[in-house]
Amino acid sequence: MSAAPSAAPASVPSSASEPLRRFLQVARGAGLRVSAAEGIDAARALDLVGFSDRSVLKDTLGLVLAKTPDEKVLYEETFELYFQRHEFSDWINAELTPSAVAQDTSSRTADGSGQEHGSEGPPLSELLESDDPAALATSMEIAARASGIEKILYLTQKNRYVREILNRMGLRAVQEQIDALRARGTLDATAEAQRLEARTERLRDSTRDFVERSLLLFARGETEALRERLLKSTRLANLDRHDLERTRVLVRRMAKRLATRYARTRRRRRRGQLDVRRTLRRNMGWGGVPFLTVWKQKRIEKARVMVLCDVSGSVAWVSQFLLMFLYALTEVLSDIRSFAYSGSLIEVSDILEDQPFDEAITRVATSMGYGSSNYGNALADFERGWMKDITNKTTVIILGDARGNGTDPRADILERVSKRAKRIIWLNPEFRSSWGTGDSDMYRYAPYCGLVRVCSTLNDMERVINDLLEAAA
Amino acid sequence: MQNSDNTDLPRLIRSIEEVDAGLSAAGYIASRRISTAIYIAHHLRKPILVEGPAGVGKTELAKSLATWLMLPLIRMQCYEGLDEAKALYEWKYGKQLLYTQILRDKVGTLIGDAHDLGTALDRLHAFGDVFFSKSFLEPRPLLRALEQPGGAVLLIDEIDKSDQEFEAFLLELLSDYQVTIPEIGTVAATVPPIVLLTSNSTRDLGDALKRRCLHLHIGFPDEKLEARIIASRVPGIDARLLAQLVAFVQQLRGLDLKKPPSVSESIDWARVMVLMHSAVLAQDTVRDTLNVLLKFESDIEAAARHISDLTRKAQQAVVTAR
Repeated sequence: MSAAPSAAPASVPSSASEPLRRFLQVARGAGLRVSAAEGIDAARALDLVGFSDRSVLKDTLGLVLAKTPDEKVLYEETFELYFQRHEFSDWINAELTPSAVAQDTSSRTADGSGQEHGSEGPPLSELLESDDPAALATSMEIAARASGIEKILYLTQKNRYVREILNRMGLRAVQEQIDALRARGTLDATAEAQRLEARTERLRDSTRDFVERSLLLFARGETEALRERLLKSTRLANLDRHDLERTRVLVRRMAKRLATRYARTRRRRRRGQLDVRRTLRRNMGWGGVPFLTVWKQKRIEKARVMVLCDVSGSVAWVSQFLLMFLYALTEVLSDIRSFAYSGSLIEVSDILEDQPFDEAITRVATSMGYGSSNYGNALADFERGWMKDITNKTTVIILGDARGNGTDPRADILERVSKRAKRIIWLNPEFRSSWGTGDSDMYRYAPYCGLVRVCSTLNDMERVINDLLEAAA
Repeated sequence: MQNSDNTDLPRLIRSIEEVDAGLSAAGYIASRRISTAIYIAHHLRKPILVEGPAGVGKTELAKSLATWLMLPLIRMQCYEGLDEAKALYEWKYGKQLLYTQILRDKVGTLIGDAHDLGTALDRLHAFGDVFFSKSFLEPRPLLRALEQPGGAVLLIDEIDKSDQEFEAFLLELLSDYQVTIPEIGTVAATVPPIVLLTSNSTRDLGDALKRRCLHLHIGFPDEKLEARIIASRVPGIDARLLAQLVAFVQQLRGLDLKKPPSVSESIDWARVMVLMHSAVLAQDTVRDTLNVLLKFESDIEAAARHISDLTRKAQQAVVTAR
């Protein structure tokens, strides 16, 4: 796209670009999505407001960089963390004032050329001697940047970076100095060596601390993304209780995305095509000149869903997620009724609707117990109580491993259900290879199901629900 | 842009403090963050996307901005099914039809002496697109905002209610302050309007839209700011009542309610209190007027249980503040 005629020239202002660039990198690392255009905006905005007022600076960057409530929170954390890292405020000020930036950058390029320690600064031993925290922090910062601390990703890399930073700061020379002092053996020299050693130890600690904070700063977004990717493809049965909260957020987000997409197709269908015949008819009065248009419309049914969830010990974990998913979709699914079964079957729609999810799940669990499943019984209960509510618009979803502990599978009931319902979808958390082995009756039920799917990860689940919605539209 | 006396150009805002002062002169007490946003948007020529719960003054901000800068406020309310014919422009079909009928004879005489169809067509072409010119164009809010000679404040209200397609359609306007009308060409703004978009987050807006905007989140104000806002809107209010009232509302927001009271509701409530000549916050008055603050039956019931407690605390809060 050509440059806007009215907008001010979008040149990147030269001042401040270096500290800002690093902050942007940190922000991206923390999981904020900052585009190049937004980076330019941030630079222009900073040119406007300057750095003198910290709260204005924070507000300004927040306006440009964080664009959802979640991102605002993330941004504020990152901002605080970033500026806390530079504990020595006079040094920040020096760095953030544009005039100092030029020198700062030049010194960094000199340093980046792979020297052991900053040639322009005093050697480390002198720094330790003077015990000047600001100078030490500057030296550490420069060494850290030279060692590419921005690329740190995992906790396991911590020690490597600590070592690298200390080396670059010139620890080896200090060590040699200590050794030399000790070799001299005089009382004075030993005392001196001890003092240096204590300070080196403190430096080591603060470096470790520094790297940890950097890890928090640079790697959070990446780790988070990685964990989410893992969670989505981990088998639900293997999910840790620890990951539950995160998974729940993930499920909600997936459900929301599906809901939006589905709402769109519905709208598109409603818009329809021109109905030529009715348009002509409507416009007879104007000699057939089409003033008013009439569109073909298709009635769209919302999906009516009945979900039967196995809550017997083996698969309860998975059904929890399915229910979670379906409840997040209530906006687009007008009519969901849920049932829980193990030895017998009950309706749990009300429990799930009225109560917060955790409580609801516990209540379902206590009322059904994590008993052993009896599919024949459960299906008989279902036929007796709710068969009459199934219409040709109802989709019946059954989640279970089809392992009835050797009881009568009663596949005949499923046959009758399949005749009444629009279709039956069976989701089995077990791998396909184990279907039909042992007490699994999967292949007895399969002929009556429109769709039989392995559903063991969140990704699987999203796919199935997507199919379901598309079939309904 | 240097000469602020030049009426053709919008005035230049020089500092964040100027925004503060200007808005409060127009009756809008802005937090520092809001003023910063306006200042930056003005200089970067970026639209601002304002999000926040209903009734915290998102729309009011645009109105006050227009009053202060003495620019016309052009407001476009979004809803599902809003399309460019309603937002941008429409052809005046009736006028086009009428004119073709009236001009039929004229057209007849113009091409009457043409010998064959080709010549007649050529001659018609020579008229150009008479019937698709600006005089047959009905400008809708967006086009009108671009055409204002001295600039304007364009408020695109509740953008989250519109369709995703419409959001995409807005992109050209938001980034370049121009729109493309197929029959005419590109219309660019003479003076870029100040654009504010508001959203109640009923759905997530697209990244493309967000990227083009500054994002301002207005939450509920803190106690001090809210007191200032109410004082400016309800001038006659007693200082003690004001403090108690604000303390009460702030506590109410802490309860688990379906819809916590917003600023506009606390202003209404303050007005009611002044009308009823209450000097202090009394339990009975609170109980009777709770429906001004809370709009759901279940919320009123939930709050009613805590009234005595909250009122007492509100009264104490004032005592400790002194």
